[in-house]
Amino acid sequence: MTEKTNKKQRKIVIPGEIIVSAEDHLPGDFTRKEDGNIIANRYGLVDDSGRIIRIIPISGAFEPRRGNTVIGRVEDITFNGWVIHIGGPYTAFLPLAECPRYIDRKAINEFATIGDVLNLKIWGIKKGSIDLTLKSRGLGKLEGGRVIKINSHKVPRVIGKEGSMINLIKNSTNTEITVGQNGFIWIKGDFEGEKRAEEAINLVVKEATSTGLTEKIEEFLGGKVEKITEEVKE
Amino acid sequence: MPYTKRPDGREMDELRPIKAEVGVVPNADGSALFAHGDTLAIAAVYGPKPLHPAHLQKADRGLIRANYNMLPFSVTERARPGPSRRSKEISMVTANALSSVVDLKRFPGTVIDVEILILQANASTRCAGINAAAMALAHAGIVMNEMVSSVSIGKIDDKIVADITKKEEDWTEGEGATDIPFTLTSNTKEITHLQLDGKISTSRMMESYDAAVKACEKIYEYQKRALKGEKIDENVSLKKEE
Repeated sequence: MTEKTNKKQRKIVIPGEIIVSAEDHLPGDFTRKEDGNIIANRYGLVDDSGRIIRIIPISGAFEPRRGNTVIGRVEDITFNGWVIHIGGPYTAFLPLAECPRYIDRKAINEFATIGDVLNLKIWGIKKGSIDLTLKSRGLGKLEGGRVIKINSHKVPRVIGKEGSMINLIKNSTNTEITVGQNGFIWIKGDFEGEKRAEEAINLVVKEATSTGLTEKIEEFLGGKVEKITEEVKE
Repeated sequence: MPYTKRPDGREMDELRPIKAEVGVVPNADGSALFAHGDTLAIAAVYGPKPLHPAHLQKADRGLIRANYNMLPFSVTERARPGPSRRSKEISMVTANALSSVVDLKRFPGTVIDVEILILQANASTRCAGINAAAMALAHAGIVMNEMVSSVSIGKIDDKIVADITKKEEDWTEGEGATDIPFTLTSNTKEITHLQLDGKISTSRMMESYDAAVKACEKIYEYQKRALKGEKIDENVSLKKEE
């Protein structure tokens, strides 16, 4: 993250707004040059740290990229694979051939059936469809647990620097958590733990831009532990 | 009674107190609230997402599907829920008004759903709906060239007024009432939507356009402020309509 190098608050721009004169800047992501000005094409934060001005998206639907690790739910089964809902503009498909182990073609639903949750990787994006794979480390079926959905642009905050935030939540709620880059998060633990992990994640999303986020979450998780034990005592 | 002053005591080019806010629907990809006085609309944007039925898909571009919905309790006499001839027409003009500023080529074969709910109505509901929808689209991170702002200009008797109310819309004395909803783009001031209900001469129509440009500039400032995180609620108490 570039927070360290660029301490100053980034400005929010809206579509059609003039960001800066184009005299000594170039248009980058989601910007255009028009009448000697750099103009925003999208709502988001401005990154003007270099010569190239770009907009960092902060909201909106998931935009799939090749190599993204995502969480999806099986929507349909065809003769050679699974149709998977991962959010975003197009439906995704996991072919039978992209499964790491042998699966009987006649009993394709024995591996994963409609409603099952999988951890997948986006292998390729063609016009109008997304191809998925299970052939990579850490991918596979997620048994049990529950799936929550957050804004996909807040995923880096939920994970934190080198996974600090997600590990904090995992450890203090005693749950297993997998975060997909599409904003789907799978949580598995006991009922209380799942509930508290979900609350903590929603708090991270809500407070994503505030400073001292880790401390706030620590306090939230710590505070809740005491509260629960008190209730037990009564 | 000739029309010399407005029933709620506003100036001829003055807007009603504005409410504007984004992020009012947590489950949507983007959402916004916009109110002109008593006329209150919320808009929620979902997508881009796969479009079904597939025969509506366009191979080279996406589609905007607007749904304008006036809630039963929004008017004095209960509105029958569900689509009507009027709401279908307004949905269509709203989709057209928004489509021209959105970069639809980015995701071919997809749809962006825009749901507009009118919670309270006192004329200019389609304008409030379009203003809210434009903000919701921007909030949903949709790639757009610029914003759009909408206002209803009226010719009440022989006066050109901005942001008309139900009372003004129903004016019968003198030359009567003409209601002209305008939607203009924020930078180029191009018209993306224009309707007209009544009679007006060409020269007065040009005057109406100038009034619309002025009013839309004001509305754009509210939209901009709300999108930058401000919660706008101008709770100015207007004189009760006589």
